Amino acid sequence: MTAVLEATGISKSFRGLQALRGVDISVEEGQILGVIGANGAGKTTLFNCITGNFPPTSGTVRLDGADVTGQPAHKLAHRGMVRTFQLMRPFHTMTVLENVEIAAMSRGARGGTARREAGETVERTGLGEWADQLSGSLPAAMQKRLELARALAMRPRVLLLDEVLAGLVPAERAPVLDLLENLRDTEGMTMVFIEHIMAAVRRLSDHVVMMDSGAVLATGSADEVLTDPQVVEAYLGKEASDA
Amino acid sequence: MATSLQNAPETTGSAARRPTLSERQKVAIVTVSVLAVVTAVAALRAGSSTVLVQALVTGVLTGGIYSLVAMGLTLIYGVLHIINFANGALVALAMYLTFVTVDTMGVHPYTALLVVVPAMGVLGALLQTSLLNPVMRAPIQIQLLVTIGLALAIENVLLLVFGPTPRSVQLPGNVGVSILGATVELSRIYAFVGALVLVAILSLVLQRTAIGTSIRAVAANPEGARLVGINTKSIYSVTFALGAMAAGAAGVLVAPFTTIEPTSGAIFNLTAFVVVVLGGMGNIPGALVGGLVVGLTEQLAGLILPDESPLLAVFVVFLIVLFIRPKGVFGRAS
Amino acid sequence: MTTTATPRTSTSAGGGLTGRLTTDTGSQRSRGDYVVLAVFVAVAAAVPFVLSASDMAIANRVLIFAIMGVGWNIMAGFGGMFSFGHAAYFGIGAYATAYGVVVLGLSPWLGMLLGIAISVAAGVGISYLALRYKLTGAYYTMSTFAFAEALRLFVIGNDALNRTVGFTIPVQQGSSLVDFQFPAGSPWYYWIGLGLLGMCLLASILFVRSRPGRFTIAARDDDVAAAALGIDVLRHKLFAVAVSAAITAVAGTYYVQYYMFVDPEIAFGAAASNDAIITAVVGGTGTIWGPIVGAIIMAPLSDVVTGFLRTPPPGFEWLAGHGGLDIILYAVILVAVVILLPKGVYGTLVSRRRKS
Repeated sequence: MTAVLEATGISKSFRGLQALRGVDISVEEGQILGVIGANGAGKTTLFNCITGNFPPTSGTVRLDGADVTGQPAHKLAHRGMVRTFQLMRPFHTMTVLENVEIAAMSRGARGGTARREAGETVERTGLGEWADQLSGSLPAAMQKRLELARALAMRPRVLLLDEVLAGLVPAERAPVLDLLENLRDTEGMTMVFIEHIMAAVRRLSDHVVMMDSGAVLATGSADEVLTDPQVVEAYLGKEASDA
Repeated sequence: MATSLQNAPETTGSAARRPTLSERQKVAIVTVSVLAVVTAVAALRAGSSTVLVQALVTGVLTGGIYSLVAMGLTLIYGVLHIINFANGALVALAMYLTFVTVDTMGVHPYTALLVVVPAMGVLGALLQTSLLNPVMRAPIQIQLLVTIGLALAIENVLLLVFGPTPRSVQLPGNVGVSILGATVELSRIYAFVGALVLVAILSLVLQRTAIGTSIRAVAANPEGARLVGINTKSIYSVTFALGAMAAGAAGVLVAPFTTIEPTSGAIFNLTAFVVVVLGGMGNIPGALVGGLVVGLTEQLAGLILPDESPLLAVFVVFLIVLFIRPKGVFGRAS
Repeated sequence: MTTTATPRTSTSAGGGLTGRLTTDTGSQRSRGDYVVLAVFVAVAAAVPFVLSASDMAIANRVLIFAIMGVGWNIMAGFGGMFSFGHAAYFGIGAYATAYGVVVLGLSPWLGMLLGIAISVAAGVGISYLALRYKLTGAYYTMSTFAFAEALRLFVIGNDALNRTVGFTIPVQQGSSLVDFQFPAGSPWYYWIGLGLLGMCLLASILFVRSRPGRFTIAARDDDVAAAALGIDVLRHKLFAVAVSAAITAVAGTYYVQYYMFVDPEIAFGAAASNDAIITAVVGGTGTIWGPIVGAIIMAPLSDVVTGFLRTPPPGFEWLAGHGGLDIILYAVILVAVVILLPKGVYGTLVSRRRKS
């Protein structure tokens, strides 16, 4: 078993402020890794370092065994690693369908194909009703879903999801979870997801990493991590009401 | 501590501040050494020490004038984050107001400060309140377009009212005096002193008065300032008024040695941008240092490359600085 | 993140949004644009048969403004890079043509190609630096402004470029399409200008429809998201700069051939940058047709004012012989549009119609 995505010793400091201190994560083909931790623990910064938003101060990122540390985001996306953003970033002057079409075009689909693929992805992510709506005026929950739709239109092998369930009411979470599970089970998609909703973490994760103050505090199966006394003390105590 | 309106990212305690300080010292050393080398080259090209001294003295005095004109620009940028393209037009307007005051009342030109500076303050407050406050939340280019429109309007109102004939203001007793063998007009020395006084006044207003504290609060964090009950819109208006008053004082002080035309201020505009970026945008003492560097660069480049426009060297320096150290050579003081 | 849910947006039930918006999709809109372009060029081509010779001077100025506005709009409107120094590209086009014709004895058309080439190289070079060093906001503005200004100062200090004197294109006898010269008042100047404008508009429409164009617009809306979806933001922005610089250089060539004169202030002065910006802003940035509307509004302004002052109505006699009123009006329109109609005249009309 080899890791599809492996980040070792990732550190990042901003003007002397240490945001990440030697974080290791790895995820194997067709598996889902959950990343949990309080706000400010460094989860999104870790995503940013892995996906090339900015280079880590030190450490190595490997994709399919190849060193891709510090490669720009757009190159990594074409290597099959695609992410979503916690704070939604729609192309606000375009419709939902056009947003997704851009991603399909970027992957290489031409003209009519790109549009047809985008339409399929829009339906699949439950955005059909909104396809011709301007994305900038979409409700937050739908913008969340658009983040996912755009990423899927890139047909990633490794998908990094940053709080894709936040802002959804419980009834809205189920179809997204079904979709993600389906992507893993039928397409063998590998995923890393940052999430605060513990029920989702339990249901999806093959492995869980708990981060605290820029470092990994615990790692293992969902059950192991979520019952770890350190984790309960550092994180779940505060967030239990959320789950 | 220097007066800066930029909310320098307050990293953490004194441990984080020390490297910044030494970095600033490094920058100062580099700047001084570069100027020294350039001066040496200029000396070789000039061949005579009189020419060199004249260039250095002129450079320092002109530099003072540049920083004088840039003061309002940097203040407004620091608080409002607007590059005021109308700064030069405001300076030109102040020159014409000086001309009218002197011409109609027959007073000493510097007495015009008592009329021009308050008038410019009122105008500045009106402009901000009526035209700029409504677009403060819009993207930066919208505000820039408003100031460009203002600049065009002010300059052409001056053209409409006064016509294209250049005007001038005579300063009584404006004789040439000798400094280290270089001859300079007294009015330029007064203007240089005026620049120093203006830095001191603006620093005092910002550091020691209640309104200055509010201005600094709004510059650092408008949302936070609003939360503690500061009316940000009126602070914006006060700041623009202060900026216009600074432009007004500059206009009065440069009027005696400037040909007064509608575009006389816009000529300074260009150098003022450079001064403000060099000194760190929003940094008032930085503008003084930036002005001196620009003044000296211009004069020395004139000696080294007599065939080129001396301003070209200034702009080349500017573009290099913009790309290498966009936060200004002298940074944003903490 | 707050986790408040919006109740009306349930997953599949269609949560209350009944009236689906009927916005046109990008490609459908552009197909309509080709038709509009053909009709526009056909109708505009008839203008010389309608207007008097003196009014044709205004029509020619509209063309120059329009080409500059279309050029600026590619970079700022679609690319999100708000240039305050498009005089640089206009000036390079003008000077390359004038230098080519006067000194090298080239055809103005070759001069145009030369101008496009230099302009594109300069634009891509300076923009690469600006984007590479991540100049944003005020600093980006300053860099574009300073670049145009540095070029002006360079020309003023350069003997080969005639310093402040500039160039005058020598007058030839008769008409020649190859030499881009016709007797004064010939409608051919207008038709050639219209042809150039038509091509620039075509380039603009093709750009917006193309993959690079659509990726550029995506990057304008959100560059981080665009990069995350595999779009090379830097490369696409530079492509937009290249198209923009090329179109603006064409305006410079046309200016030189029509007025047969150029100097550093005309070519590289802030007024040239302002004309490009204001045309597009008043019409509507980020739209294909906004710059045309802007040019039709702004370019005739000075002639209208001059005409007004020639026979001033009672009460305005004192204005006769005074300059400046045209630019005051120009400035007032700019400020009013920016504050009241931030999408520009055409942009506002389009978005109103879409809403209703």
